[in-house]
Amino acid sequence: MLRLENFTKRYLTGDLAVNNVTLEIPTGQVVALIGPSGAGKSTLIRCINRLVEPTSGAAILDDINLTVLGSSALRKARRHMGMIFQEYALVERLSVMENVLSGRLGYVGFWRSWFRKFPQSDIDEAFRLMERVGIADMADKRADALSGGQRQRVGIARALIQNPKLLLVDEPTASLDPKTARQIMRLITELCAERGLAAIVNIHDVALAQMYVERVIGLRTGEVVFDGPPEDLTPEVLTDIYGEEDWEATIEEVEENGEEIAEAVA
Amino acid sequence: MAVFTSQAGSKIWQRRDRNAQLLVWAGWMAGIMVFMYCWQQISRATTWVFVMDAPRIADDILTRALPPRWSYMEQLWWPVWDTINIATIGTAISIIIAVPIAFLAASNTTPSKYFIRPVALFIIVGSRSINSIIWALLLVTIIGPGVLAGTIAIALRSIGFVAKLLYEAIEEIDRNQIEAITATGASRWQEIAYGIVPQIMPTFAGISVFRWDINIRESTVLGYVGAGGIGMQLQASMNVLAWPQVALILLVILVAVVISEWVSAKVRGAII
Amino acid sequence: MSESAAAPRVWKKPPFIENPALRWGLIIGFTVYFILAFASMDINWIRVYEGLDRGLKFVLSFMKPDFISRGGAIFEGIVESLVMTVAATVVGLIMSVPIGLGAARNISVLPVYLLCRGIITVSRSLNEIIVALFMVAIFGFGPFAGFIALAFASIGFLAKLLAEEIEGAEKSQAEAVRATGASWMQWINYGIQPQFMPRLIGLSMYRLDSNFRHSSVVGLVGAGGIGATLNTAFDRYEFDTASAIILTIIIIVMALEYSSSLIRARLQ
Repeated sequence: MLRLENFTKRYLTGDLAVNNVTLEIPTGQVVALIGPSGAGKSTLIRCINRLVEPTSGAAILDDINLTVLGSSALRKARRHMGMIFQEYALVERLSVMENVLSGRLGYVGFWRSWFRKFPQSDIDEAFRLMERVGIADMADKRADALSGGQRQRVGIARALIQNPKLLLVDEPTASLDPKTARQIMRLITELCAERGLAAIVNIHDVALAQMYVERVIGLRTGEVVFDGPPEDLTPEVLTDIYGEEDWEATIEEVEENGEEIAEAVA
Repeated sequence: MAVFTSQAGSKIWQRRDRNAQLLVWAGWMAGIMVFMYCWQQISRATTWVFVMDAPRIADDILTRALPPRWSYMEQLWWPVWDTINIATIGTAISIIIAVPIAFLAASNTTPSKYFIRPVALFIIVGSRSINSIIWALLLVTIIGPGVLAGTIAIALRSIGFVAKLLYEAIEEIDRNQIEAITATGASRWQEIAYGIVPQIMPTFAGISVFRWDINIRESTVLGYVGAGGIGMQLQASMNVLAWPQVALILLVILVAVVISEWVSAKVRGAII
Repeated sequence: MSESAAAPRVWKKPPFIENPALRWGLIIGFTVYFILAFASMDINWIRVYEGLDRGLKFVLSFMKPDFISRGGAIFEGIVESLVMTVAATVVGLIMSVPIGLGAARNISVLPVYLLCRGIITVSRSLNEIIVALFMVAIFGFGPFAGFIALAFASIGFLAKLLAEEIEGAEKSQAEAVRATGASWMQWINYGIQPQFMPRLIGLSMYRLDSNFRHSSVVGLVGAGGIGATLNTAFDRYEFDTASAIILTIIIIVMALEYSSSLIRARLQ
């Protein structure tokens, strides 16, 4: 469904952030993108919806090459790609409802959005989603009055109301405590399963990634150095991605976390 | 800061080393010389006999001015009303004009960095550099004396002030929030409406009220050049040396300004 | 929540002011005020229409400002304005320090506090033109009156911000210095002064350019500077000279603003 072909981003400074990445993601697959900071994870997903302009290569979403679209076609294409951000990136001074509805901006005209007159179907969907992600009664709260976990739920609802085919998720858990982080990751993967969405999740927490996704892509200095199921992430592979470190500890921690979750669920 | 070892072998600490200290002294010398020159210039243009006589004159004015002529108040209500109108309507007009200019001047919203932005910045600088009373002087010459000239003068002076603070606020907004709006497929205008406007709203309201408060103060003197408001009464009273009336006018101005400052502080407190 | 699925739930943006009485009261109040205010403006439209011609002439004269025919007067006026600006800023700065210290609630005693706050309020309330008027009445015409007026205005501005800065200063630093057994002066010098110094210098740079702007108008009431020349130019409808003066003022203000922003950036 999403295909990247020789995808490359070179910054004006000459840094090669994404280097000749070719990969394909089928419908409904959740992929974790791991790698050290500066490996180009963030740049890669921003190049897909062109918040950052890629230098060369193609990103093909359902037979549409995103890299060649003009500005109005690009806006239409962006509606099919929901994005979830590291620092939530909510509009702090707007209410939860307005933030969720802002996901529909690509579908309604300027004056409708200016007077907050969204179609009733959008509002129904907003209420449904808010209930689903667990912020049902917060519609008129201001975004800056929420906790981190709640904010990220608003961010998720905003991405989903776009009715996307693909989710681009940039470090969704980096600003959250470990427990909330797991809840959010679980929510994202559940929602993807429910709706049959493909997702690319940037994540620096390897343990968390292993718990929730079916495929992991390892990025180092902009290049794909690993692509496979999470079970194949051996210490050797991780060393290849991240450099020298004691990986045994991390992997043990994964198991402990897994138990903890099992307890929590039970 | 510098540490030396003296000949005796003990460590000596000084706040600055020698060059830095010399530089500081040189700076002070230059500053004092500039000030002395300025002082000399002023002094040369001053008739010192008058200045020496000043305490007596001040005392004389004060005795004549007190008590204020309270009955004059009934003639002041109308000018006070005009003064407030000049400030309020002037501020309102300036806001309407300043908002688009601010968006044209902010480097992240301007449609053209090399053509429109410099023009907008020039309008801002031009408006800010000229005091409202000079604008008033000019407008009285052009459209005649009266409240309208004062209102436009206040508006012209305030455009630059409001636009400058506003465009700085626009440039300082959190880009993540806009990025998120862009990612939903929003148009350029929707980005402004959802990403930028909510972020600058409190600053904008604060700036507007703050400027209104300043404008109350400024509009009290516009009458001096014929642009309406209480300044006209002040000038007339001073011309005929009616000091008790002058005292009352000053008192009224003081009260108006203190009230407006209080209102402005309250409103700004409520917004933030 | 189950019933919500059946009936469509409406959502409206919650109003900015929640209390409807207050909201409508404010809306109606402002509307009525603006209508009354406009109605009372009493505009002589014929005079305005006639004036448009002159306005156009003035705008056109900006294309060909005349720096020459009154060059001497412009130059002297500008120099006098600059001289007043510098002297008033320096004196205002020096005077504002004790008054600012006195007006900071956390380091001052109540009677001194009230006195200093009173001075600040009066200085900030009265426009420099009004002060200049009085100074001219007291000291006679000339730059001395303007200098005093500007210095007085600077005191109010600088002392108020200085006092706020001191009130917002970090207590622990000041306390630590006090704990060493320092005297009041030493305490101010070591505990308070380093905290407000950069801001005070920044503010006085800012004050320098606003004083210049003000110095260009006190001349209107005879208190020296370029204002008198400008007033004459307007009186005689010499728009080309007036535009030359205004352009000069703009350029000097820009230069002052630019250099003060450089200095402030270095101080930070």
